[in-house]
Amino acid sequence: MRSFLIFLVGLIFGFAFVKGEIISWFRMVEMFQLKSFHMYGVIGTGVVVGLIAMQIIKRFNVKTIDGEPITYEKKKFTKGTIIGGFIFGLGWCITGACPGPIFIQVGAGLIPVAVTLLFALFGTWVYGATREKLPH
Amino acid sequence: MSILQGPWHWSIVGIIIGLTVPALLIIDNKRFGISLTLRHLCAMCVPMKIKFFDYDWKPYKWLLLFVVGTMVGGFIGNQIFPNPNDIIVAEDTKSFLAQYGINDYSGLVPSEIFSVDKILSLSGLIFLAIGGFLVGFGTRYADGCTSGHSIFGLATLQRTSLIATISFMAGGFFCTHLILPYLLKVIMP
Repeated sequence: MRSFLIFLVGLIFGFAFVKGEIISWFRMVEMFQLKSFHMYGVIGTGVVVGLIAMQIIKRFNVKTIDGEPITYEKKKFTKGTIIGGFIFGLGWCITGACPGPIFIQVGAGLIPVAVTLLFALFGTWVYGATREKLPH
Repeated sequence: MSILQGPWHWSIVGIIIGLTVPALLIIDNKRFGISLTLRHLCAMCVPMKIKFFDYDWKPYKWLLLFVVGTMVGGFIGNQIFPNPNDIIVAEDTKSFLAQYGINDYSGLVPSEIFSVDKILSLSGLIFLAIGGFLVGFGTRYADGCTSGHSIFGLATLQRTSLIATISFMAGGFFCTHLILPYLLKVIMP
């Protein structure tokens, strides 16, 4: 049941990404050139809706469907937040995709993006292998 | 024009993305963040005794299921109900791209760059291999991507995620204005 719901949320998410053209390389160029409001509208609305939902969860003490309190871990700040973030930004501009859209593009039938995915895995692997030598 | 064909207004898509955050928490306390999938896949397939990949990935199977869901959603959206029209892109961006011979707006990505016969060319090396590597390396180094930091992190008011998001955007602006024109020139036919 839970697995099915998670799959379903993913399915709706992936479908919406195609219909909103969030997986479009053109839309990323537009965004970074400040020529269109589209992507800012998507991300901004997403943040505001998420923010309101989280406030509702907090105020009304909303529980999970199993009745457990809702908890999550906070992320720690390191030098990597900035350096890694900037490096990701470069890749985001070149591929026109963040990790979510890379998977969705492959699912959508954009075959060349399978190469992007393989190299994204390789990049993650290289980070894991060289982690101790990188500034954090 | 059918609703299933799209395109959808940004506010609709934004609402769906925003609701993913509470949906995953309410279903089973799951934290939204897609780039971790790449780490789990490395841990599953090629851990090679690296400490960073030496952990039990089985509790994270849900994320793989979620990602498979997004891929199926992508397939349905683009293959079963494709948008029959050209994608609408800002005129300024179009004239910028036209300088480099990019004029095909029939798909979500330009066929002049993202095509199977370009995989083994300089274009494939830059836009698929190097770009993909930077995404995978950078997101893990930053401990998250657009979903984990820019959506989940900002929605839960985390300062680290705000700094991460500013860094993502800085990299994107820097690249689009100072590197991308050069890359497009290099691969121009």
